[in-house]
Amino acid sequence: MQNDNQTSNRKALDNPSFTEHLANKTGRQYWRGLEEIAETTEFREMVDREFPEGASEWLDPVGRRNFLKLMGASLALAGIGACAKQPEEKIVPYVKQPEEFVPGKPSFFATAMPLRGYATGLLVESHLGRPTKVEGNPDHPASLGATDAITQASILGLYDPDRSQTVLSRSRIASWDSFKTAIAAEVGAWKAAQGTGLHFLTETISSPTLADQMRQLMATYPNAVWHQYEPAGRDCVREGAKMAFGQYVETTYRFDKAEVIFSIDADFLLTMPGSVRYSRDFSTMRRTAGEVKGMNRLYALESSPSVTGAVADHRAALAPAAVEQAAWAVGAALGVPGVSAQGSSPAVDALGKAWIPSLVKDLQAHRGRCVVVAGDEQSPAVHALAHAMNAALGNVGTTVVYTDPVEANPTNQAASLGALMQQIDSGKVDTLVVLGGNPAFTAPADLKFAERYQKVRLRIHAGDYNDETAYLSHWHLPLSHYLENWSDARAMDGTVSIVQPLVAPLWDSKSLHEVVSILNGTPSATAYDIVRAYWQGAKSAPAPAAAPTPGDSTAAHAAPAAMNAGPVASIAVNGDFERGWHQALYRGIVAGSALPPKSPTLNGGWATAAAALLAATPAGADAFDIVFRVDPMLLDGRFANIGWLQEAPKPLTKLVWDNALLVSPATAKQRGWKTEDVVEVGYKNLTVKVPVWEMPGHADGCGTLYLGHGRTRSGRVGNDVGVNVYAIRTSDAPWRAAAATANKTGDCYLLVTTQTHYSMEGRDIVRHGTLAEFMANEKFMEERHHEPEIVSLYKEHTYKGHAWGMAIDLTACTACNACVVACQSENNIPVVGKEQVNNGRAMHWIRIDRYYEGDAAAPAQHFQPLPCMHCEKAPCETVCPVGATVHGEEGLNEMVYNRCIGTRYCSNNCPYKVRRFNYLLFSDLDTPSFKMMRNPDVTVRSRGVMEKCTYCVQRINSARIEAKKEGRMIRDGEVVTACAQVCPTEAITFGNINDKDSRVAKAKKSPLNYALLGDLGTAPRTTYLTKLRNPNPELEKGA
Amino acid sequence: MERLQSPDVRGIAPNPPVLAKGYTYDAITEKISDLSLNPKLTRGWLGGFSIAITLAGCMVVAIIHLLFTGVGIWGNNQPVGWAFDIINFVWWIGIGHAGTLISAILLLLKQNWRTSINRFAEAMTIFAVACAGLYPLLHTGRPWLDYWLFPFPNSMGVQQQFRSPLLWDVFAISTYASVSALYWFVGLIPDLAVLRDRAVKPVARKIYAILALGWRGSAQHWRRYRIAYLVLAGLSTPLVLSVHTIVSFDFAESLIPGWHTTIFPPYFVAGAIYSGFAMVLSLCIPLRKAYGLEGFITARHLNNMAKVMLAMGLVVGYGYAMEAFMAWYSGSPHEMGMFINRTTGPMAWSYWALIACNIVIPQTLWLRRARRSTLWLFIISIVVNVGMWLERFVIIVTSLYRDFIPSSWHTYVPTIWDFAMFFGTIGFFLTLFFLFIRYVPVISIAEMRELSHEVEHGHH
Repeated sequence: MQNDNQTSNRKALDNPSFTEHLANKTGRQYWRGLEEIAETTEFREMVDREFPEGASEWLDPVGRRNFLKLMGASLALAGIGACAKQPEEKIVPYVKQPEEFVPGKPSFFATAMPLRGYATGLLVESHLGRPTKVEGNPDHPASLGATDAITQASILGLYDPDRSQTVLSRSRIASWDSFKTAIAAEVGAWKAAQGTGLHFLTETISSPTLADQMRQLMATYPNAVWHQYEPAGRDCVREGAKMAFGQYVETTYRFDKAEVIFSIDADFLLTMPGSVRYSRDFSTMRRTAGEVKGMNRLYALESSPSVTGAVADHRAALAPAAVEQAAWAVGAALGVPGVSAQGSSPAVDALGKAWIPSLVKDLQAHRGRCVVVAGDEQSPAVHALAHAMNAALGNVGTTVVYTDPVEANPTNQAASLGALMQQIDSGKVDTLVVLGGNPAFTAPADLKFAERYQKVRLRIHAGDYNDETAYLSHWHLPLSHYLENWSDARAMDGTVSIVQPLVAPLWDSKSLHEVVSILNGTPSATAYDIVRAYWQGAKSAPAPAAAPTPGDSTAAHAAPAAMNAGPVASIAVNGDFERGWHQALYRGIVAGSALPPKSPTLNGGWATAAAALLAATPAGADAFDIVFRVDPMLLDGRFANIGWLQEAPKPLTKLVWDNALLVSPATAKQRGWKTEDVVEVGYKNLTVKVPVWEMPGHADGCGTLYLGHGRTRSGRVGNDVGVNVYAIRTSDAPWRAAAATANKTGDCYLLVTTQTHYSMEGRDIVRHGTLAEFMANEKFMEERHHEPEIVSLYKEHTYKGHAWGMAIDLTACTACNACVVACQSENNIPVVGKEQVNNGRAMHWIRIDRYYEGDAAAPAQHFQPLPCMHCEKAPCETVCPVGATVHGEEGLNEMVYNRCIGTRYCSNNCPYKVRRFNYLLFSDLDTPSFKMMRNPDVTVRSRGVMEKCTYCVQRINSARIEAKKEGRMIRDGEVVTACAQVCPTEAITFGNINDKDSRVAKAKKSPLNYALLGDLGTAPRTTYLTKLRNPNPELEKGA
Repeated sequence: MERLQSPDVRGIAPNPPVLAKGYTYDAITEKISDLSLNPKLTRGWLGGFSIAITLAGCMVVAIIHLLFTGVGIWGNNQPVGWAFDIINFVWWIGIGHAGTLISAILLLLKQNWRTSINRFAEAMTIFAVACAGLYPLLHTGRPWLDYWLFPFPNSMGVQQQFRSPLLWDVFAISTYASVSALYWFVGLIPDLAVLRDRAVKPVARKIYAILALGWRGSAQHWRRYRIAYLVLAGLSTPLVLSVHTIVSFDFAESLIPGWHTTIFPPYFVAGAIYSGFAMVLSLCIPLRKAYGLEGFITARHLNNMAKVMLAMGLVVGYGYAMEAFMAWYSGSPHEMGMFINRTTGPMAWSYWALIACNIVIPQTLWLRRARRSTLWLFIISIVVNVGMWLERFVIIVTSLYRDFIPSSWHTYVPTIWDFAMFFGTIGFFLTLFFLFIRYVPVISIAEMRELSHEVEHGHH
């Protein structure tokens, strides 16, 4: 009932009986005539046969509800289904319970989450077979035990009721069997034509098994073409490497060895792949909690403020063109061969007076111990320059490691997609199989993907949502979540992880491996068998001629040789595959599978090529440039339907549920804009209307737009949230639209943030100083903030046994939001939506406050995570009339939800305002899949109840049980709160402060330790370590 | 004892009488009891009552919506956990104060001018406390569990936490409500007996007879009545001070800048009396006009009440001044920030409107002409009521919405349900008041007769 123009194709694709039955009916008649049709036995039979798996949906309360909700069009069919008598269900208890399976006790399984071609190793908590919480795998190189917010939220992705649940044929419910039947005929035709006219479009693939399967697929259909497109892809990184080295290489950085870092618009602490590991390494070199050995120093150039810029010791905000000029100026000053300054602008000239010379001096003084990082969004020329600078500074092999690419088939993806479009235009594309991704939403606007896509005869889409692309496809195949099916993936250093499922697919989905296998004519293979078979090396993989990759003839040659024969690494231990397989599953990594470092040599002519590329980019002095960036929480938009991420305040703007045109206050003033004014941004005849957000620290003369918003078919949560800026993102300007237009429309749009006030008002909230001050006098902070001794009339209470406390290192915090989302996942915290956030009712138990200090053009930015302080003399406790918040004997400030009647007095009296009130029924108590997601150890709060951070008391109690069984105290490190566990920079330390040897007790002994609002006498158990910076004394007086 | 100078109630005599000349016992009884026994269904009453009961209907709808949906229908948020709910609660409680003050303290101080206004002032107290009581009961997140606030034997482990001022509130308010109601009722008994004796309609007679508790007017009755009345007056007197003192503890006991202030108890009590007298004026000026009670509620009463208001206004003004002084004297950036924010922040309008309503405009009461002008007094009484509402708004909202940590600062916007509830309780109050006017003697017949005797013959 979707499109009339598809009617002609219907016979070829659908189950014939169904099709014939409907062939002469239009949609309207069909619905109107349903009752009569339903009476007929043929129709009943047809329904039964057509939806054998759909029928099982009716037995499953999860499936049924969402099936009803989502498939509004099938409402009438639902009526038929409900008439059928449900078969009896048998419940069978365990006759013999698995040994490690104790109800009430979670198990942890190692797996990995692939994203944009890179894997993060995880340990996932499972309660009675339901995954409930994601943790990092300490053994995994990209995690080291931490994760980012997006990975934390992936658990909500698993249980998202809007995830695609069934095969769709022309937007109608179909089954895998019907797909297999329909495609079997096609497969024969493809084979006969050697795959001519068959095109595949994938995202970046690093899964060795999938790569192998794709290779086999290309071998089966030699004339087929494999295109790749990733909306927030790393084309610039690839092409930069090629420009510098003549080949694609993977560049990884070792920030744990870098004392001076020069970031050219690189957000390596949040949005760059590998950021979790990079954050850890970076903060290790900045740690001051233990013995102070010095700190690294970060210089950052950037256009759009990022968290990396925010923690930099020296940050310069420059328009995109000026960033390039400044990078070149640094390169020239460093004496990189072949580099001379390119162009000039007042801003860069100003930097040239002191900033650049000091940086250059610093870099040169730290040869081999410094690193130059170029951002993914910078042009290939800048990447080539960064490679050359690192080579010149002797960093290669120490702080910069080159390996073969982790992805299976590196190519210029923009060109690859462009080529696909050309071939559609020339009528060469008969069938397009979109394997993952949502190009109808994310493809560059000038390619008009949606329009061209519909010219293809047969369109098959495999994806995890019934999204914009699925809607335009003849077949939509639901893909399993990574926690539902088998796969494998590689970390940025090449380390392989086997992705093992924690739960059988909740809905009728299959993995990409199975889909590819169906396309390859082996429809019955399971993902488990496919992945295992690959690692067993059982598949004799004839190296085919490399996949023709249009748009870049050399791409295929760059594919690493390792991809062409057998598994990329041996999984067997001492020749024993089973043992090795089990070990790989248990540890979450395949030992020794990291790619070996290599040392590519610089191309002689790179500088000329780079300069030519730079010159080709328009750099108008007064032009208004648009900078595109991935959304820090939603990335390219694939996570738009995940409420946790929509409601996680963006680290710098604290905006939720929206994106905006971020501009500097000066630019806004100059153009007569105010925050929330709607402007129309235009680039090359494409326009989009977007509200303005004045952002201190943004470079003047340009504006930032975050991708990933404005979805139309993401699901109930993400639809129509924010503005789709892909609408003005073209293939030639994926990251920077030079000389765009932007005009005020006169409209206004409400933007909502969780923090409406950004100044500390001169109060003693975030304490900060410099390393030099600290080295000169350890107690400088205590002396600066003299605190009167608090004298009590009463005898102080002494805490025997455990006394829980937390120390938060403000130097380390990068505001990445991982703790916020981890807490939400651990503690069943509801999402409240934009309107309620605007009402001031966000429910996060830990928030990250962000303050600006100084000049609005170049402000200092401070972050402060704020959970409950667990005051020893808690103001909230004395005012509760019903004793619903009480003090535990270990110093926890406890909430007794059952007793709470909701007077809110505790919250009023909390000086830190960390309490959260359920003003309405915020918890979704109805959606069945969410019931499975929740942590069974934490109460789901109902309407009218106060709640707040508990220091993850459920974790303390589970550790206590273990300790009591062994008759001992809980050891240091045995209890880790969700926020501390997830923190990539280990900024949060939690433990027993009565144990003098615990890490938290040691942190609290630091002279940098201070209590927030300590003069109130609340004696908070959560304390902060003063934020230290390490500015270059040449650039900052008194540093 | 003052001598009557002129029967002209609006006269410019320096000391007008507390009772117009020429009222005999019979005339008093006739005049007052007729209001209850032979009420004319005037257009004014009917119109006023319809408006009042419509508003009360709004309140019922607002309450039903509240119970089914949650307190989230109001504008309260984090950090502003209390807003209209507690503002209105304190405002109504404050209004109630005048009744108790007039009937108890002025009785003990033998201020005979209180006689003609005490009955409806007491009624006003009870109705105001009824309105006030709704708020704390309904503002909780789970109102169906409010009974947990009262100590009662249970096996749920529910126990009251006596360090919380909210719990003190529970006892203060419930004591206040019960003593006020008892006091009012005891005072009504002789009048109910009058109505019983004069009522013609059998149903009315029956009801008044039950309520009159067998009053026969014997000397023994009068003696006991006098003792009971005085005892209750004695009980009520500390309540005038204690109730609002304890209400002020809700704020003073906390540590929020703008709340954590030792001046709150006297300042709140003065404010309560201030607003209570304003409300008495707002009610009695139209009442005496509509029912021709100028002879009972004379210019003297209005004058005296204006003077009390003026005095209380000055006490309240002193409170504001001390808040400002302490903000500076404390040296605390939070206290200072609170004061600067109140006076110059985004909600500064509320502070300056409060100063205008409570301090500036009432200064006109220094002028005798202002105190003699019923219109002006009526306007001032409304202004002071608005001002006292704003005072609670300033104290509660502008302290909460910007406290210690600027990151948590968040503005407050009331919703339509906040207003529905507020105007709804005003409607509820007026509904009760209209019914009171119609069925109960608005002025104490017995005491007026006594007063008339005193006026005519001096003290015994």
